[in-house]
Amino acid sequence: MGLVDLSASELLDQLRSGKVSSLEVTQACLDAIAARDPAIHAFLHVDADDALNQAAAIDDRRAKGEPLGLLAGLPIALKDVVCQRGQPATCASRMLERFVAPYDAHAVTKLRQADAVLLGRTNLDEFAMGSSSENSAFGVTRNPWDPSRIPGGSSAGSAAAVAARMTPISLGSDTGGSIRQPAGLCGIVGMKPTYGRISRYGLIAYASSLDQIGAFGTDVRSVATAIEAMSGHDGRDSTSVNQPVVELSKTVDQPLKGLKIGIVPEHFGAGLDSEIAAAVQKAIDVYKHLGAEVREVTLPHAKYCIATYYLIACSEASSNLSRYDGVHYGHRAESFENLTEMYAKSRGEAFGPEVKRRIMLGTYALSTGYYDQYYVKALKVRRLIRQDFDAAFEQVDVIAGPVTPTAAFPIGEKANDPLAMYLGDIYTISANLAGLPAIALPCGFTTNNLPIGMQLQGRPFDEERVLRAARMFEAATDWHTRKPSG
Amino acid sequence: MSLPRETVVKVAGLARLELTDSEIATFSQQLGGILDYVAMLDELDTTAVEPMVHAIELTNVLREDTLVPSLPREDGLKNAPKQDGRYFLVPAILEG
Repeated sequence: MGLVDLSASELLDQLRSGKVSSLEVTQACLDAIAARDPAIHAFLHVDADDALNQAAAIDDRRAKGEPLGLLAGLPIALKDVVCQRGQPATCASRMLERFVAPYDAHAVTKLRQADAVLLGRTNLDEFAMGSSSENSAFGVTRNPWDPSRIPGGSSAGSAAAVAARMTPISLGSDTGGSIRQPAGLCGIVGMKPTYGRISRYGLIAYASSLDQIGAFGTDVRSVATAIEAMSGHDGRDSTSVNQPVVELSKTVDQPLKGLKIGIVPEHFGAGLDSEIAAAVQKAIDVYKHLGAEVREVTLPHAKYCIATYYLIACSEASSNLSRYDGVHYGHRAESFENLTEMYAKSRGEAFGPEVKRRIMLGTYALSTGYYDQYYVKALKVRRLIRQDFDAAFEQVDVIAGPVTPTAAFPIGEKANDPLAMYLGDIYTISANLAGLPAIALPCGFTTNNLPIGMQLQGRPFDEERVLRAARMFEAATDWHTRKPSG
Repeated sequence: MSLPRETVVKVAGLARLELTDSEIATFSQQLGGILDYVAMLDELDTTAVEPMVHAIELTNVLREDTLVPSLPREDGLKNAPKQDGRYFLVPAILEG
């Protein structure tokens, strides 16, 4: 077993004790990328010299006995949607193909303060819009468990890179499930914390009231540590919340006494694959065996979440993406008659089909005559969805259920049917609408040896309980120790 | 339902998005299908419900009005398709 097969938390123990150096760990990741990424295509950009220089500097400071941060010496891959000064941030779009970030996102600043090694930039669906990576302008990422299948999305590369053991942890962003869905489909752990927990400053915007940064790892403790490192108030994001940051990496191993788990009948209805239903039921039985009380709760508006989400997210996207005008940054068309044509041609040439589709839907929903019918209506239903959760969380501590209705599907299967693709987000989307923390973790495999994930959702700002509940399950099972061959 | 072609063209104009004829035809079908799907929201009576614009409903976030360094001009211009070292360059918007 090599260094890359260890979890982030195991590597951090070895780095602290001096058993391995950051240079060794970083080189092991770079070697794994060189060997495995040609078949997976998780990375868009790796600056090996920069990563090795960061690692050497941290080793040097450790040798001098200087105090080091929570992630000292640990490599982390970043979704190509957060700004890292001096590195590309393409959002997997032709629009930003040549964009080099002039500053660090707040989450990146926090990772630097934690002394993490920024390893490289990972592939995604263009502007984080999609569930498969098939919307990347730079090629699809393949699922390490079966390269003929999608890894999920939009944080496809960040999930696949961890699953294929090319990096111990990675940063992702989640607007409707873009961390949890690929974590589930790749058999790893991925968490989206509460909206407002991690600053969005420097996260290139898709849908600002839903976007949230989070993390992937091969076990719950690793993800807890990464979330802790990135959390905290930032005055540059007015929706960043000033709440004390819990030492999640220290509390994660404490089992919860008297844990109340909610299960939602709406999550086990038509459309859910029977193997996934069975695996999640078994996972809930594990909790019963661990002494948790399992109760049924209802989310009566669950069936409206996809319609609500796509109206709100696309409306916000149409507004956010209006900044790509060919003036300040991004693609500008070669030939045009006037300014309006410059805008329209630049955008028409550089955005891919899914981005155009969402800009069109959002522009329509916000246009005169349709604003109340679509956008305001969706905002009202959003409140009903949140109220369902508020009522449920008066009875239970966390809600457990499936992450996705099916396991990873073959590349191309849903590429021409956007609505079918959207329906795959049915279990993950409501956490973004309601702003809840939610985690996906492995809970089984299909007969085709494809990973199955379980989702736990918690009360706003209750990441601690969600993580401790997730760790209880993980400690009692060994699904997270399985890794893809090759 | 499919969205009328002239509606697609009008929305694309509002979005400053040049579409090809085949994109207009595809979006007419696909956006129509998505709008049929989202019409399910009409089943719900929401007259007494306040719109929820944000997950964490904060109001009046204030901070001290202190001077902090901003992005140096050179860095701000670096990614521009056209610039002259001082300004972003755009086509003339006034004729003559």
